[in-house]
Amino acid sequence: MSTDTAVQPRGQVNDHQTPVISVRNLWKVFGPNAERVPGSAELAALSRRELRERARCTAAVREVSFDVAPGEVFVVMGLSGSGKSTLVRCLTRLIEPTAGEVVFEGEDILRADKKRLRELRRRKFSMVFQHFGLLPYRTVVDNVGYGLEIRGAGRAERIRRANEVIELVGLDGYENAYPDQLSGGMQQRVGLARALAGDPDVLFFDEPFSALDPLIRRDMQNEVIRLHRQVGKTMVFITHDLSEALKLGDRILLMRDGNVVQAGTGDELVGAPADDYVRDFVQDVPRADVLTLRWIMRPARDSDQLDGPELGPGVIVRDAVRTVLAADRPVRVVENGELLGVVGHAEVLDIVAGNQAGA
Amino acid sequence: MATTTMTGSSTRTTPRRRITKPLAVVGLLALWLVAWTLLRGQDMLELPRATLTDLHHWLNDVNDSVGASRNSNPLFLYFFNEIRAVMDALVTFVQGLIAQPAYGRPVPVLGWLGVVALVSYASWAFGNWRVALLAAGGFTLFGLQGLWQESMDTLALTLVAVFVSLLFGIPLGILAGVSDRFHRLITPVLDLMQTMPTFVYLAPLTLVFLIGPASATIATLIYAMPPAIRITAHGIRSVPAPPVEATDSFGATRRQRLTKALLPLSKRTIVLGVNQTIMAALAMVTVAALIDAPGLGKTVIKALQTTDVGTAFNAGVAIVVMAIVLDRVTTAASIRAEQGGGEANPRIRRLLLAGFGLVAAVCSYLSYTYLWASEFPEGGQLGEYLSQGATTVTTWAQHNLADLTAAVKDGVTIALLNPLEALLAESPWWLMGAVIVLLAALIGNLRAAAVAAVCVGLLVGSGLWNASMVTLAMTLVATLLVVTLGVVIGVWMGRSSRADRVIRPVLDAGQTMPAFVYLIPVVALFSVSRFSAIVAGVVYAAPVAIKLVADGVRAIPESTVEAATAAGSNTWQTITKVQLPMARQSLLLATNQGLIYVLSMVVIGGLVGAGALGYEVVAGFSQGQLYGKGLAAGVAIVVLGIMLDRIARAAAQRSDRAPSANQT
Amino acid sequence: MRSIVNKRVLAGVSLSAVAALTLTACGGDKIESTDAADSGDCSTFTIAINPWVGYEANAAVIAHVAETELGCKVVKKDLKEEIAWQGFGTGQVDAIVENWGHDDLKKKYIEDQQTAVNAGSTGVEGVIGWYVPPWMAEEYPDITDWNNLNKYASLFETTESGGKGQLLDGDPSFVTNDEALVKNLGLDYQVVYAGSEPALIQAFRQAEEKKEPVLGYFYDPQWFLSEIELVKVDLPEYQEGCDADPEKVACDYPVYDLDKIVSKSFADANGPAYQLVDNFNWSNEDQNLVARYIAQDNMSPEEAAEKWVEANQDKVEAWLPQS
Ligand SMILES: Nc1ncnc2c1ncn2[C@@H]1O[C@H](COP(=O)(O)OP(=O)(O)OP(=O)(O)O)[C@@H](O)[C@H]1O
Ligand SMILES: [Mg+2]
Repeated sequence: MSTDTAVQPRGQVNDHQTPVISVRNLWKVFGPNAERVPGSAELAALSRRELRERARCTAAVREVSFDVAPGEVFVVMGLSGSGKSTLVRCLTRLIEPTAGEVVFEGEDILRADKKRLRELRRRKFSMVFQHFGLLPYRTVVDNVGYGLEIRGAGRAERIRRANEVIELVGLDGYENAYPDQLSGGMQQRVGLARALAGDPDVLFFDEPFSALDPLIRRDMQNEVIRLHRQVGKTMVFITHDLSEALKLGDRILLMRDGNVVQAGTGDELVGAPADDYVRDFVQDVPRADVLTLRWIMRPARDSDQLDGPELGPGVIVRDAVRTVLAADRPVRVVENGELLGVVGHAEVLDIVAGNQAGA
Repeated sequence: MATTTMTGSSTRTTPRRRITKPLAVVGLLALWLVAWTLLRGQDMLELPRATLTDLHHWLNDVNDSVGASRNSNPLFLYFFNEIRAVMDALVTFVQGLIAQPAYGRPVPVLGWLGVVALVSYASWAFGNWRVALLAAGGFTLFGLQGLWQESMDTLALTLVAVFVSLLFGIPLGILAGVSDRFHRLITPVLDLMQTMPTFVYLAPLTLVFLIGPASATIATLIYAMPPAIRITAHGIRSVPAPPVEATDSFGATRRQRLTKALLPLSKRTIVLGVNQTIMAALAMVTVAALIDAPGLGKTVIKALQTTDVGTAFNAGVAIVVMAIVLDRVTTAASIRAEQGGGEANPRIRRLLLAGFGLVAAVCSYLSYTYLWASEFPEGGQLGEYLSQGATTVTTWAQHNLADLTAAVKDGVTIALLNPLEALLAESPWWLMGAVIVLLAALIGNLRAAAVAAVCVGLLVGSGLWNASMVTLAMTLVATLLVVTLGVVIGVWMGRSSRADRVIRPVLDAGQTMPAFVYLIPVVALFSVSRFSAIVAGVVYAAPVAIKLVADGVRAIPESTVEAATAAGSNTWQTITKVQLPMARQSLLLATNQGLIYVLSMVVIGGLVGAGALGYEVVAGFSQGQLYGKGLAAGVAIVVLGIMLDRIARAAAQRSDRAPSANQT
Repeated sequence: MRSIVNKRVLAGVSLSAVAALTLTACGGDKIESTDAADSGDCSTFTIAINPWVGYEANAAVIAHVAETELGCKVVKKDLKEEIAWQGFGTGQVDAIVENWGHDDLKKKYIEDQQTAVNAGSTGVEGVIGWYVPPWMAEEYPDITDWNNLNKYASLFETTESGGKGQLLDGDPSFVTNDEALVKNLGLDYQVVYAGSEPALIQAFRQAEEKKEPVLGYFYDPQWFLSEIELVKVDLPEYQEGCDADPEKVACDYPVYDLDKIVSKSFADANGPAYQLVDNFNWSNEDQNLVARYIAQDNMSPEEAAEKWVEANQDKVEAWLPQS
């Protein structure tokens, strides 16, 4: 197990790094003669319902593009039916995309032949599923070693490696249990261990924790964060739960009816929603937990006394509340010595009290 | 904005659709009725018994020319004869082991002691001790009934037929499970194999494979293989998607996906298929006896010649017991395969395996060496008691119940069967055909209507339109009875495991007791009539429907029923509002299987007064010059089955979609 | 600890079981191998057994004689007529020992394919016709004349007969002209197909017992007639050729001379078994007696045959091949 701890700091993405996965104009259309939809400007312009009625097709993913940086946790979010699962499956061609490009480490996966694709799945990718996808007739060890077995690893190696990851996800002692003897959370730990066992470059998660109760879900989220710190894998994480997205994601891609609505960091989404849909989506978020000072500062006025405490623009509002309220003058938001703006009692209270931000 | 108006209009059209559909059906039926009163009796396409159409003559000629070419045709020389040789060898080998004198010995290799010991041992090793006791008891019973050798002959034939069925059936089923195209291709073939009456192909089989074990085995496996294929395919297809997808996500090859995910995950269902194959094979025992298949079937047929209900019943009981033993053992084996045996200590189990294995081996050796362990001791009076008991009961029923049962028969015939038959059979064929096609379009879909149109065409072409409609009337009444029984008893069994325990063996008996055994009692109670035929069909078909409904009701999650109870539903509400709707899939399957099973009894119906297609098939089997007509009648039965099945399926599909269309 | 105890118990149980079994066995007779003793010039002789008791009586007696007197190895194959005839062609059947007419089969296998030959009469006469249970003949003496059938038609009405009198037809193996007869004789009856002999017998039996009316197709010899003596209804008398056109038949069925059919090769070989079949000839009474042994006295065909042969040595003598 490599203990590579050189992880990108959360909330900052280095734009000039070469992406691990690069998706361009990806389409997935279900239905008869699906191929003609992306090509035809007329059909591609139709709404989902119209397309359904006109061509009996469903466009689950429409012209989606994004990049995933190495070591990043990239979250895809959206309501049920928005095409998240389809999208993530297109990335490893568990579902065959209709059009577009998926480039992994410089190689267009859509052009890979069967053998190459298998090789990639065996070595480079792993996936964790919403419904676990465990094999009920295999013990935990055998489930965890399943990917290795498919790859053709010998039994001894499988067991050694399986035991390692079982310990990593905190399941030691349950090696010989069967999945139906475990709770949902433990089953998903098995799923996680199974995905980690092959030491893949990229982990895909399709709503892995939706089926779990809130407490266990929180545990598991922390587990993922811990693992991410520990093993530093690139992760593509699907969820329909905004707080989960905000908690885990370095960047978030929000989908609706197959389209990308907005992509950006959590505070970008909350602070500058691209449209009403996004605004609706993010309105119940405890904004103080997400937004940074950058989103609430105002330009300094002449009346302001500019000798208050100094904070960076990336400081989360909640962490700044105490300082702002304790000071009797506005807090200065400074980056690289340059004054960006100021934050006073009014701005902070607006956010904490849950008032609509002025965006 | 656009979306809201769309939704608005669709919520407006959906209810309209749902009202117009039944109205259209009612309108169609009303029109039909009016047309019927005006046109009744015209263009009925009746064909006198002795009259043959050109098609029938042509089929006769084809049959003759096949027979005539058997010594020169390379297909016979190099293909059929080879198959026959292999089959004969297989059956003779197993017979030599357990049933018939062989290898220069006056007795089979294994005598009764060895067979009982080995069967019990295997039942225990693959199943559990309870089924082992059952197996030991069941097999000893054959001896006590005085039917040891007959039972072993039947067992030998059944084993070979089942073996070959599985040898080809499971791979084909796997193929049908993973390939949609193959699935579509093979489904009608399986329909054909399951509903084409055996009587139709019995004679040609003996022409191709000669009189002997090969023909009997092949006749049996034609009927017994489809369940193996269908259920295997079904098992593969209903493997839950997540583990398979996970398997793919690790880069599994097709082969790995099959061996590591699909097969292990459908093992239980596949064993169920094995189980059904065994049942189907045993159902053929008596019919195969008509072409000299050895065993219990012969006893039944012989007893029938002298209307000896008792002896037939005795043999029938042996068949039922064999079916139950094999069923329970395979079921137990599938449970062990799935969940393991639950032994606390695998060491002890290994020891027990060795210990009991030794005992079984010694028993086998004894039965190989000593006469007393080889031939079942004479003097078992059990068979006689059983047959006397059966005779007494039949005679009693005939004296005391016949008036009552005659009244039931008259009631159903006059109130239900005669009007329905008049409507179906006395409509002009084109009117009836149009009604069928339109109905298929209305309650099903266009595809079903197209299938129905082709079927109507085939029925007219068979020259047996009128007979088909008479049979259709009986089939519908019988299916109605079957479904009613299925719902009533099935729900009862599904709700009470005590009821289930008591009733299930009775159902098993109904399903495996050869119809030839109860032919005479049925005639005694309901006289020679179409109703007798219906009763025979119901006795055979109802158990399947009942079991399916019961299993469906039982499979409903406890929580759902609890929720209904918590909401204050009374029993009736729980049944009608929760359990039946939730067991909908099972109800559909029960209807479908009930129909298929009823159709497979049409020929038996022909033996007790049903006339129509059933009689034509029997007559075709009995008289050479009617062969072509019998074959046409057999095809007509298959066509009826496919037509009804496809319409019912389309209707079910449509009503499946209706509520979800309503939600959007 | 526990597992050790278990092991011991187990070992003890299985050992003693084995020991007990072995001990009990010592007294039993051992199984000796048999040498297949082929006896004399009659080797294997295959008789088809058609599914009715009268046939079985013929076959049982012939088989018994062939085995005991000629030392043949007799194989009996239970087959319907049609399949038995097919068996001549494939060499799987040597003889059919009671044949009811079947002109179509004779044409096909004797004339066209030339795989079968006729081996003469069995001496038994077959009568086909319409019958009523004895109580009816007593109660309505004139019912046995077809001219009066219409008078009684309403008596025979059932749910199956569509408002007319019911004429119950039987086993589909037998040729029937009944639909044509009803039409051509202007009878107010509807033919209802019972479909099998047991159903027909049951119908007659019940009718006699409960004094219910039934009119049905039946035949003689048949073992059931010795249980209940059905009374034949006289149809217009059979004249040679009156049944030539099946559509126009208006006369009774002919009396059948029940004969024997053998495969061509069996006849050509002219072995003792063939000669026995060829010579076999007895009477309706003889057959009825053996049939009664089988059907009513519950004897196996072999026992029945043995009993009859013992009592009728003289007749048997006459069938044996002249050497
Ligand atoms: N195999 C398929 N055939 C046809 N349509 C499909 C198929 N799979 C998905 N769809 C459609 O594609 C759309 C997107 O589905 P998808 O499963 O990707 O949504 P999702 O965002 O993952 O939803 P959820 O949160 O419920 O999992 C849906 O409208 C769905 O009906
Ligand atoms: Mg999803």
